[in-house]
Amino acid sequence: MTSTDTSDAAADTLQGGPRRGRVRTARRGVPLPLLLPALIGLAFLLLPLIALLLRAPWSTLPDQLTSAEVWQALRLSLVCATAATAVSLVIGVPLAWLLARADFPGRGFVRALVTLPLVLPPVVGGVALLLALGRNGVVGQWLDSWFGITLPFTTAGVVVAETFVAMPFLVISVEGTLRAADPRYEEAATTLGASRFTAFRRVTLPLIAPGIAAGAVLAWARALGEFGATITFAGNFPGRTQTMPLAVYLALQNNPEAAIALSLVLLAVSIAVLAGLRDRWMTAP
Amino acid sequence: MTRSARRTLQVAGAGAAALLALSACSSSDDSSSAKSDSSASASSSPKLSGTVTVFAAASLQESFTTLGKEFEKAHPGTKVTFSFGGSDSLAAGITGGAPADVFASASPKTMKIVTDKKDNATEPATFVRNQLEIATLPGNPDKVSSLKDLTKSSLKVVLCDKTVPCGAAALKALDASKLKLTPVSYEEDVKSALNKVVLKEADAAVVYKTDVKAAGSKVQGVEFPESTSAVNAYPITLLKNAKNPEAAKAFIALVQSTEGQKVLSGAGFLKP
Repeated sequence: MTSTDTSDAAADTLQGGPRRGRVRTARRGVPLPLLLPALIGLAFLLLPLIALLLRAPWSTLPDQLTSAEVWQALRLSLVCATAATAVSLVIGVPLAWLLARADFPGRGFVRALVTLPLVLPPVVGGVALLLALGRNGVVGQWLDSWFGITLPFTTAGVVVAETFVAMPFLVISVEGTLRAADPRYEEAATTLGASRFTAFRRVTLPLIAPGIAAGAVLAWARALGEFGATITFAGNFPGRTQTMPLAVYLALQNNPEAAIALSLVLLAVSIAVLAGLRDRWMTAP
Repeated sequence: MTRSARRTLQVAGAGAAALLALSACSSSDDSSSAKSDSSASASSSPKLSGTVTVFAAASLQESFTTLGKEFEKAHPGTKVTFSFGGSDSLAAGITGGAPADVFASASPKTMKIVTDKKDNATEPATFVRNQLEIATLPGNPDKVSSLKDLTKSSLKVVLCDKTVPCGAAALKALDASKLKLTPVSYEEDVKSALNKVVLKEADAAVVYKTDVKAAGSKVQGVEFPESTSAVNAYPITLLKNAKNPEAAKAFIALVQSTEGQKVLSGAGFLKP
């Protein structure tokens, strides 16, 4: 492997995806100490999925999947994950910009705080959300008495829980892209008379679009699979807060075959969406 | 490729199980040295030793921990280790080869998972029963006095999901009294249903008597007559792969003894 290969690979990562044309030429030079662990890693990730496919109740699958409850849960999952991604974009991208570009004391500490939901067990995140935004929560009690808004046990609550867990993925991804992007373009724009916000909108945003897309896809995928925070904060009611992961978990208690069938649907949908988005957005120009 | 991979995994799993079993036994000398009469009551067999591993339903945590300490005191040299959890996942662990001597589950249905695989060594015996109760906010501000009161639309009520024993029992009680109750949430287990009331997010929950008792002053219990039509029986059994069957039998005897029953009824359980 030559040094140009390495730098190409690094550039690929930064731009958010591999370049198709490069793959074939690079494979010839892959050294064994890298190839072997890489293949083990791939097998490790794929084995559980293969096991799921092998043990899937294929013969009863059509029966398992025709119930209205399945499609209700799937639709709710897709709607909530998309809404959570949208909320994450609106407040997460500015937060990432703040962390990457603005200079303020304690920035490293704030950055660590932002990644906190990644470390927190999601169930604990759900309890924390209840303590903050629940009917009796620190902020929630005012939401209730002033506006009559209670979030737990509502679909909005599902979106809140999923946003809490998924947004850090977006923030980290966008912040990384921002740090790698050359700030001189923005400086040039401001020198030419653009305000800092105009520079962000017209120069920075197009520059980091692949990073934002990658982060949004990550956040969407995380939100789609969210379980712990959702069931703790929003509860479980079919059609209102029962997303696919909740349906899968509860099916697992008395009907593992149905749980596998539900998981397959979730897998198929997410693979379809992720593969579609990856081709469209995440490959470098 | 996948078949050989599966075999490799099985070997690895067996290795892990063996390791666990070894570590569980490491504190004991030799379990086979205990050759006392198992049918006698717990206190009359002084030669027991080694570790007893008990898999028990989460609702048994407090009372079984107390009983475990009593057992260790009555039989110096023994140690009782517990794994508390949802009965269904414990059962899945046992059929998957987890090293346990005793299994105490919260419903005959979850016990059946183990007996269907013939992993039990003795016929499961019911040792306590648990009855439902309504948990309300402290002081019962909504004046809940019956199951029917919960059907009021102004109340936020949580139930266990019908897939878990407490939810199935609640559904049975509601059906028996021909009531229709729309909760705000079907919780995944009894403790999370209770917690919604403890955190004051829900106004009431249908849980077990023992959970209300364990929560102390954080909730207030309201008994309802319909609960008698949905009482859960708790079976206990010795497991086939028990490493220390003599001491395990003695522990089961303690649970069924007058002494053990006193501890369990103190926690709110009903006699079998």
